[in-house]
Amino acid sequence: MAMEKILTSAVGVPESWTIGSYEKRGGYAALRKALQMEPAAIIDEVKKSNLRGRGGAGFPTGVKWGFLPRESNVPKYLVINADEGEPGTFKDHLLMELDPHRLVEGCIITGWALGMRACYVFIRGEMFQEAHRVQRAIDEAYRAKLLGENILGSGLTYDMYVHMGAGAYICGEETALIEALEGKAGQPRMKPPFPAVVGLFSCPTIVNNVETIAAVPTIIERGGEWWAEQGCERNGGPKMYGVSGHVRRPGVFEASHGVTLEELIFSDEFAGGPRLGKDGKPKKIKGVIPGGASCPVLTPEELGVRMDFDSMMSHGAASASKRPEWVDEQLWTDSLSWPGGRPRGTMLGTGCALVMDEDVCMVRVAANLAHFYHHESCGQCTPCREGSGWTARVLDSIEAGTGTERDVELLLEICNNMEGNTICPFGDAVAMAVRSYVLKYPEEFYLHVKQGGCPYPHW
Amino acid sequence: MTLHFSEQGEQEFQSILGRYPEDHRRAALLPTLHLAQREFGYVSLEAMEYVASRLSLPTSKVLHVATFYTMYNKRPVGRYHLQVCKSISCAVMGAYGLLEYLEARLEVERGETTGDGLFTLSEAECLAACDKGPMLQCNEDYTGCLGARREDGTWPEVDALLDSLRAGRGVPVQG
Ligand SMILES: Cc1cc2nc3c(=O)[nH]c(=O)nc-3n(C[C@H](O)[C@H](O)[C@H](O)COP(=O)(O)O)c2cc1C
Ligand code: SF4
Ligand code: FES
Repeated sequence: MAMEKILTSAVGVPESWTIGSYEKRGGYAALRKALQMEPAAIIDEVKKSNLRGRGGAGFPTGVKWGFLPRESNVPKYLVINADEGEPGTFKDHLLMELDPHRLVEGCIITGWALGMRACYVFIRGEMFQEAHRVQRAIDEAYRAKLLGENILGSGLTYDMYVHMGAGAYICGEETALIEALEGKAGQPRMKPPFPAVVGLFSCPTIVNNVETIAAVPTIIERGGEWWAEQGCERNGGPKMYGVSGHVRRPGVFEASHGVTLEELIFSDEFAGGPRLGKDGKPKKIKGVIPGGASCPVLTPEELGVRMDFDSMMSHGAASASKRPEWVDEQLWTDSLSWPGGRPRGTMLGTGCALVMDEDVCMVRVAANLAHFYHHESCGQCTPCREGSGWTARVLDSIEAGTGTERDVELLLEICNNMEGNTICPFGDAVAMAVRSYVLKYPEEFYLHVKQGGCPYPHW
Repeated sequence: MTLHFSEQGEQEFQSILGRYPEDHRRAALLPTLHLAQREFGYVSLEAMEYVASRLSLPTSKVLHVATFYTMYNKRPVGRYHLQVCKSISCAVMGAYGLLEYLEARLEVERGETTGDGLFTLSEAECLAACDKGPMLQCNEDYTGCLGARREDGTWPEVDALLDSLRAGRGVPVQG
């Protein structure tokens, strides 16, 4: 099923980042249409489209826009989250590099719909090329009178600015990002108040992901219903997915929201299946992180799941894996479910999956993630700051062969104590990620303890 | 105070200020620190003091921010800053091996600069190019597709990269 490409339509087009190329592909027609529409009608189309935020949490975009006060005697701001830093995620950078005008057009339409004054695109500091392309697109848009005063005679005055981050994963969290924009250390704020009420410069602010806003021109051009039909229920539109790791063709792929993880990994249209071993045969897959480091890992048996926000949440619970007799029964049960008893599934996250084959050591993977989190914790909350470092040290000792069975239990205890006890969801992410490796691959942890070392090849 | 922005740097500073509301000048801090790093090579304490004075902020606030973010180099770096991503996608594709190979070839440990001042080797976290792992960033360029170390221990793509940089030809165009 080859479908029309929307979000990746620029791939392969020469000079796709210029305004000329974008207009040739129909660019800025949606803006002209939007400026003839009532702002409320635009918000309605976005609601109808079932567009869900593509920064990871999947919050319905139209609903979020509805939280912004209609009247305000201070300016309202749009902030684009282009901080893409979740390990294993690499989609937004492609949009900015190849189709920056799609983002700019989406930002102007959103500004008109929500009565905003200006937009800041917060791009992570390492993305020099992408920032250059977005800035160039903004400059071209000013020259074409698509930005600035009285845009296309509509009376809309709207400015766009690029703001570069400086290397801190936590700035992807929307309130930390706002702090960074204000010139402070990126430390998340307590919510409420939510940014829609008190955001950038204490003004009402909407923070949206790059891919989310890049969808807006097409929604306006073709209508919210059309967009909704391209996905599955409650998850509208085509989506950008990625596959990295041990596959034959790693890359970014656009597909309907209804695509399964299995198709993405195995289909020749996408990643083309696992890489080949020395014997020329495909290697066995051991695990897949479905949507960035924070998403609980899935086993090869769990790949048939549809890649939409709701299916993923209720999928891949570890209840299927058997409790090893050396793990305390109550601790194991507590670790399987949310407080209240609902089984913990995984998450769609950013939709960029990492495939790991049989050569990979899952203890090492968990240790790598724990070190990442320890390094990136902003340090405000004790459970997060100390818990991330503690899990890293325990995992290191298990990997090195000096860990005990008790240490494996300790990992679960630390994770359970971190969750729900922090200012931002980063602490939960550490817990969800690390715990999933213990629950899904307990036998690997056991093997390390019993053999006094790592049984897998080094990478 | 002896540090000053160059004429071009001063123009850029003024344009940075223009991006933020007048009563929120502090918002210019991150871009101004980036500018200072470009102008002065790295963000020394003196550079922080200068930035603080230009933005009418206490130096302690600038220090707090400059040390929170990893991209501000608090020490001088070599002409080519090689940053190897060791986050999970790159790790399973051989990032640790790449770090060890570069350490051996450059005769430095991660975090250090070669004696001739040409290369600084650092570890980095995910650079959002995970499909091209193991990923390495050299100053403002991504390398991408460095392949893997061969069974005989050689790594032609990495050698070619170092040769190209040493010869002043920059990062080879990605394949
Ligand atoms: C630790 C952490 C890191 C995050 N990183 C990103 C990121 O890099 N990019 C992004 O768009 N959203 C990121 N988010 C989600 C944002 O907080 C926010 O939900 C999102 O930008 C909202 O936009 P959306 O509704 O369009 O998805 C992160 C959240 C957390 C807790
Ligand atoms: S959970 Fe972690 S990252 Fe989030 S505010 Fe607390 S310490 Fe900072
Ligand atoms: S994990 Fe290395 S670039 Fe993302």
